[in-house]
Amino acid sequence: MLLAAENLTVRLGGTEVLSGVSMAVERAEIVTILGPNGSGKSTLLRALLGMVPAASGRVVRAEGLRVGYVPQKLAIDPSLPLSVRRFLSLPHLVDEAAAQAALARVGMEDSGAKPIAGLSGGQLQRVMLARALIKVPGLLVLDEPTQGLDQQGEAGFYRLIEEVRQDTGAAVLMVSHDLHVVMAASDRVICLNHHICCEGTPRVVSAAPEYRALFGLGTQGALALYQHRHDHSHDLVQDHKPEQGFAAEHGLDHEHVGGHDNGHGHSHGHDNGHGHGHGHDHAHDESHRHEAGKDPKAPGPKAHRHAG
Amino acid sequence: MLDDFLIRAVLAGVGVSFATGPLGAFVLWRRMAYFGDATAHAAILGVALALAVDMPVTVGTLIVALAMAVTVSGLAARGWAVDTTLGVLSHGALALGLVAISFVHGVHTSLEAYLFGDILAVTKGDLVYIWAGAMAVVALLVWRWQALLTATLNADLARADGIDPERERLILTLALALVVAVALKVVGALLIAAMLVIPAAAARAVARGPEQMAALASGIGAAACLLGLGLSLWQNTPAGPSIVAAAAGLFAVLAAFGRLRH
Repeated sequence: MLLAAENLTVRLGGTEVLSGVSMAVERAEIVTILGPNGSGKSTLLRALLGMVPAASGRVVRAEGLRVGYVPQKLAIDPSLPLSVRRFLSLPHLVDEAAAQAALARVGMEDSGAKPIAGLSGGQLQRVMLARALIKVPGLLVLDEPTQGLDQQGEAGFYRLIEEVRQDTGAAVLMVSHDLHVVMAASDRVICLNHHICCEGTPRVVSAAPEYRALFGLGTQGALALYQHRHDHSHDLVQDHKPEQGFAAEHGLDHEHVGGHDNGHGHSHGHDNGHGHGHGHDHAHDESHRHEAGKDPKAPGPKAHRHAG
Repeated sequence: MLDDFLIRAVLAGVGVSFATGPLGAFVLWRRMAYFGDATAHAAILGVALALAVDMPVTVGTLIVALAMAVTVSGLAARGWAVDTTLGVLSHGALALGLVAISFVHGVHTSLEAYLFGDILAVTKGDLVYIWAGAMAVVALLVWRWQALLTATLNADLARADGIDPERERLILTLALALVVAVALKVVGALLIAAMLVIPAAAARAVARGPEQMAALASGIGAAACLLGLGLSLWQNTPAGPSIVAAAAGLFAVLAAFGRLRH
């Protein structure tokens, strides 16, 4: 576990924005918090990073964890002349080699002299990512990283995130309200609307009725797409109801982890998402054993990664 | 040498410019221009207070300017509409200060000095205040520079790196009150904000980095003081407004130059 919330409740101006949220980010996994506007996604990130205080519950942070943070947006006043290179040296001065390496990592080499204000949205996201990478973080936290990017830019950015994870082994925690692209780019999705509605692998969450209700998607499409797993949404409901309130459930999840986590950090994905396409999963997960038959091959992006 | 009023005036202007350069840059970057105005206007209330209880004007100004800056900054943080709050407090403090001064016997005639400055009447004692205050501001800003710059870019970015943006804002607030207190004698309450904004804006046209912009703003401020004093001597114009007019002229020249170069 790198960073976890345990039964976390956050109030902002008298309103309960988060109630009893328990979640954790494991090593090297990509977790996306998904939810409609105003559902408390950014607040959860900010609470996890200690930027807003918890009304009750707590945040647990692995000792010595370095977090690279990429904010939602950077509204730089045009009166501030700031080059990319100078930006990388905030708040700590960074030597030339480290700066160049970070820029090269995000595909922005040779842009050190460019003014930040002149960058496109996608370039700015890459530069902010480079800045976050300089301190070699164990966890990257990104708040709506692709807001304002077109679909191509979005896909490219998520590819880059995946590459960075492969290279550095950093876990990634992202917030998003767009559905499809981010789904494909995540190991695990947490669906948030002030509390955790459902969580699991992208495939599981996208079929969950809580998720579909949250985003106003009809059940029709879900049934058509995921008909073969009709029963399984029920399991999900049963599974996750208790988790909304109790961190204990997470403790249970972790016990599974040792068994089949091969260092890929997919532990949560397995437990909550029931690991479609991974044969070795099913033995661990009693309630979902039947899925193996129903969903024999689902070669999601995860399956691919796992093989590699 | 300090016996020459002109030398004292130049030293006062240059001293103030050291502080207004970097602070003015932050005023622009953080869009605090109106905030600077409110703090400066409060200085008039500080003058009235100082005269009433017989303490040094600089000290009275500092206290009231600081109180104003902290109030405005606190109200803004609590979600008050900044425009409205500043509008009420800024002009309210100015008017109240002018009314209060009229009750203090014998200062009616020198009111203009507080509104528009009286740089040609700077004493050696004033110089000590001005340089001590200006150097304190410069030291404060240099010490917090990286944190201030990060917090200016994005509050959450700062928080993620363990910087408290509220604390940095308070430091700027303190620096602003100090600058108001020391610049009152030089350009007067009505034009202090101009000395913060105009040199920094002129520097923006040609600067390539934040540090360069801050240093250039100080240089442009000092040049404006020299030019303004020259104009004042030559044409017998009021010194404070002449300095600000010179700064505006430098802004026009540099802005045009910056445009041509791009």
